Amino acid sequence: MGEVDPGVDLAAVVERFLAEHDPATTDRLEFLRARYDAGLAWVWFPEGHGGLGLPAARQSEVDAAFAAAGAPDNAPRRNVIGLGMAAPTILAFGTEEQKRRFLRPLWTGEEIWCQLFSEPGAGSDLANLATRAVRDGDEWIVNGQKVWTSSAHNARFAILVARTDPDKPKHAGLTYFVCDMTDPGVDVRPLRQITGEAEFNEVFLTDVRIPDAYRIGEVGQGWRVATATLNNERVAIGGRAAPRESGMIGKVVEAWRSLPEKRTPELHDRLLRLWVEAEVARLTGIRLRQKLAQGQPGPEGAATKVTFARINQQLSALELELRGEDGLRYSDWTMVRPEQVDMTGRDHGYRYLRAKGNSIEGGTSEVLRNIVAERVLGLPPEPRVDKDVPWKELQR
Amino acid sequence: MSELDLLYSEVEEDLRATVRGALADRCTPAAVIAMYDGDRSAVPGLWKTVAVELGLAGLLVPEAAGGAGASAREAAVVLEELGRAVAPVPFLTSAVIATTAVAGTGAALLGELAAGERVAALAVPLTTGPDAPLPALDLTADGRITGAVTSVAGALEADVLLVPAGGGLYAVPAEHARIAPVVSLDMSRQLADVAFDGAAGELVVADAEPAVRAGLRAGAALLASEQVGLARWCLAETVAYLKVRRQFGRVVGGFQAIKHRLADLAIAVDNGVAAARHAAAALAADDPDVPVATAVAASFCGELAVTAAEEAIQLHGGIGMTWEHPAHLYLKRAKADQLALGAPGSHRARLAELVGLPG
Repeated sequence: MGEVDPGVDLAAVVERFLAEHDPATTDRLEFLRARYDAGLAWVWFPEGHGGLGLPAARQSEVDAAFAAAGAPDNAPRRNVIGLGMAAPTILAFGTEEQKRRFLRPLWTGEEIWCQLFSEPGAGSDLANLATRAVRDGDEWIVNGQKVWTSSAHNARFAILVARTDPDKPKHAGLTYFVCDMTDPGVDVRPLRQITGEAEFNEVFLTDVRIPDAYRIGEVGQGWRVATATLNNERVAIGGRAAPRESGMIGKVVEAWRSLPEKRTPELHDRLLRLWVEAEVARLTGIRLRQKLAQGQPGPEGAATKVTFARINQQLSALELELRGEDGLRYSDWTMVRPEQVDMTGRDHGYRYLRAKGNSIEGGTSEVLRNIVAERVLGLPPEPRVDKDVPWKELQR
Repeated sequence: MSELDLLYSEVEEDLRATVRGALADRCTPAAVIAMYDGDRSAVPGLWKTVAVELGLAGLLVPEAAGGAGASAREAAVVLEELGRAVAPVPFLTSAVIATTAVAGTGAALLGELAAGERVAALAVPLTTGPDAPLPALDLTADGRITGAVTSVAGALEADVLLVPAGGGLYAVPAEHARIAPVVSLDMSRQLADVAFDGAAGELVVADAEPAVRAGLRAGAALLASEQVGLARWCLAETVAYLKVRRQFGRVVGGFQAIKHRLADLAIAVDNGVAAARHAAAALAADDPDVPVATAVAASFCGELAVTAAEEAIQLHGGIGMTWEHPAHLYLKRAKADQLALGAPGSHRARLAELVGLPG
């Protein structure tokens, strides 16, 4: 396969593709598979794995051309973990065989992915996790309990971090796997949260057998692989490009404009302050993307996420107060298991409660402040008393 | 509308290095502190360096009119560095505000300002925002100006005052005005009360209001960059100090309560950079978003600089309260800047109109 000309006219490539695959008459899945095979799934991936080896910034040209033609998309919101975390990790650390097996159905949405990282005893201190994987010939036998697993009830596969060597210090004894969620030892139970619904799950793993061919990276390298995954997560949450007044601020200004009788000077002052902060956060996100596009990496994703969480919480609280009596009513406490999460969806009460998770999920704001202080400002690290101690000797 | 570039270009970074180098040599904290005891001797030489030797007075003036033909983006970088050094030069008042106000004219004054031969100040109180009511002085039938304006920034350094009177904008030589220095909160941008008693002036802009508002708008948009410069110094200086200061047998910057405060400040400074860059880039591109971008940057960065200076003093502990340590220079400039060219609250009130969020 020859190198793709970096100056290739992607709109024209999509046009040629569409001439051969009419979205109006082609089966949706066939269409998406063909798009993947043509390298038009994620153009920054290598050829043969759904991409063309082009800069990521050029993806928007492809997406725009497909959208303009009314072509079906891969419903990316249904597979956030797969697209945002599993795929880049498999690309960076997986074998050719793993890339061939997993990436295509992941991208088309045929196979949904979830993440088996956090545990009841390993939240911010993820490296302390206790799920054990013991080698048994060509397989690993896995036992443990995972938590905060979104999409586990829809997922075909999971990215999993497990302890393979308890005699080593906590970071050194971990290994990264792909777990087949249809294995009989996988038990997924809904974890109901403060919104009333069960967006997340607890996952109990009992003698789950994972083939060694599903190991990502070397044995004992799991922390390095997982860190790469988590960095992708933080950028995915904080670094999105968004138009002005989108997201949570959009909901609040919509309410403000439609409820003139509810306005007070105090709420007005808070609204304008938050409008400014949301706009500045949006500009900061744009600036971060511009930096990344120029190859200026940095841990600023952590900073963006701290701001995003705080503003979302303040805005959603403001909306409840603005609505007054209506703010006391909640749409529905019925337990449901949503297929996808829209943090600004449903109603004001849901938004207020769901936003509480923004400063916890994907790294708590407190841990992220440590990251900014230590890696951006170069301040001394937190004391790490457990760093060099064999994991099995740690107090838990 | 294409996305504005919020990064710094190589040319802008080179300009920053040049300005920073010159200020490091010629604008010491001790010289700025001395201004609070009445010693303004550092100002003329420093302004000559900035305006003439570095050629920055004409940054916003087109080449055809004798300037450098640069844009608000470059002026913003200069202001970041001037803020970082709390430099006592009339760049904002003369090279940005006054120069923008007369930019559309063919007046000889524009070329003289660009060359650094003359220094101008707009005769309005420093607190005047771009959309605030403007002072109007009396103009007699024979073209003489009478009246007073208080709290004018840049008047002490100026040899010509731009005075809104009778609907026009007049250039009045400083010697025809009574300029009384004010003991100011920020002596590095010392104010003056200015009075005219039948002063003769030259009409430079027939319709003063749009010219004055353009000057004030540019001033407010770019003041945000000065505020970013102030905040950056406060953050960097405090972090550096807390990496060496020890108490309870530990480096103070290692306590998590301190780390989190500094992380929050670092995040806020990062946000402020984006807001200030956006305002400068919008101004440079003559983007229709300038009014919103200005209100956002002025509101955010005005408070950012004050927060940064207050944190710097608190986190320095006792040494931060001393006359000798330069932290107070930053607090005084930051607080004065917050009130300058429209307080944050007035910018948010304007924003409410601009984006359709009535109270």
